[in-house]
Amino acid sequence: MTSRPIELGDYDDPIEACYARGWSDGLPVVPPTDERILRMLAGTSRKPDEVVGLIPPNLAPCTIEKVAINAVMAGCKPEYMPVVLAIIEAALEPKFTMHGLLCTTYFSGPIVIVNGPITRRIGMNAGLNALGQGNRANSTITRALNLIIRNVGGGLPGGIDRATLGGPHKVGLCFAEDESDPFWTPLAQARGIAPGKSAVTLFQGEALQGFTDQRSRTPEELTRSLAMGLFAVNHPKMCEFGNAILVLSPEHYGIFRRAGWDRARVERELFEALKRPGKDLVIGAGGVPEGIGPERANDMVSKFWPEGLLIVRAGGEAGMFSAIMAGWLAGRARDQTVAVSKQIRE
Amino acid sequence: MHPSQRLRDPTAETSSTRRSRLAPPPSLTGQSVALLDIGKSRGNEFIDRIEKRFAERGIATRRYKKPTNTRVAPTELLQQIATEAKVVVIALSD
Repeated sequence: MTSRPIELGDYDDPIEACYARGWSDGLPVVPPTDERILRMLAGTSRKPDEVVGLIPPNLAPCTIEKVAINAVMAGCKPEYMPVVLAIIEAALEPKFTMHGLLCTTYFSGPIVIVNGPITRRIGMNAGLNALGQGNRANSTITRALNLIIRNVGGGLPGGIDRATLGGPHKVGLCFAEDESDPFWTPLAQARGIAPGKSAVTLFQGEALQGFTDQRSRTPEELTRSLAMGLFAVNHPKMCEFGNAILVLSPEHYGIFRRAGWDRARVERELFEALKRPGKDLVIGAGGVPEGIGPERANDMVSKFWPEGLLIVRAGGEAGMFSAIMAGWLAGRARDQTVAVSKQIRE
Repeated sequence: MHPSQRLRDPTAETSSTRRSRLAPPPSLTGQSVALLDIGKSRGNEFIDRIEKRFAERGIATRRYKKPTNTRVAPTELLQQIATEAKVVVIALSD
């Protein structure tokens, strides 16, 4: 290992030593000892001195060894390393605009969805409380990315991270898609990853807005209802402005499933349901200054770009509750900043 | 010493070079002030107002714009501003 060794005194608390050096996101980190780092490095066949990329904002080179150190600190197990590495590579894709995402005054941070067989192998949670606490892989994988941004890239809240409010997702939000129903095309396959392969999808967003509908029984009813919830993303009158993730729970998904609506149908029907007359959305309409430009008054305006709504399945069997994760306002620049999917190298 | 009392540095192990800022010019008379819109919503409105205020005081301004706020400014743009102005006002937020 080539990273600088830091000798602590016999009576030093290693966790406190990490805090004192500014290496923590506010939660305790696992002290990166040689034994732990070596075990973490065993989770990948890539060489410790290989440079994964330049980490913003300082564009500092990041080696596999530095990834392993920060993955240890995040609480990862060695078998998570292929996922962590894929996440870093996806975050460094120019079209993910990680630097801008870090700097923004908005809530957004990187949100990670994992698809494929690796999710089962490393025990990720796509079921009960999939977006909550209690699963080590879900809780630590994106935290490793955020610690790398902090420690290697130098991206600190209050420094270049200018979030007005931020959110708990900025510690690290990661979950797996429920792929138990072959009728449903998983997100990764819908985004071009070959079946049977594992992949990560990174989205610039926030967690989370609960969506409740306990009365819809037909897919048409549920589609109209979901559209009402999705209109709240960013602001009900902001259209063609941001993106979103819709996490469909099993009970809501079941309504579509029983009617034979596959992913393509759900996406198509929701896109149509998410259009509103421009006259209701323009600046000043409804007595609300926020809104779209007056030149759109005579158009039917879509809430999201056609590719802007990512639909995934997750959650426990009971509960007619789905989840909406609003995207970053920079999504208005359609070709500048987009979600990125990357196959996991195993 | 117990082996667990030795940690490895998780940072990039680079030390930043601190450069002092240029001293502000004593007066804006004769200066050309760069007005940089970073591409955020309503940045143009802010720049419009600032431009008007400078014009009222007889101070020349030149406008610049980043292609998008989601990325850092292109090097060419930074070099152009540095060449053409000594003072910059940036519309940072919306």
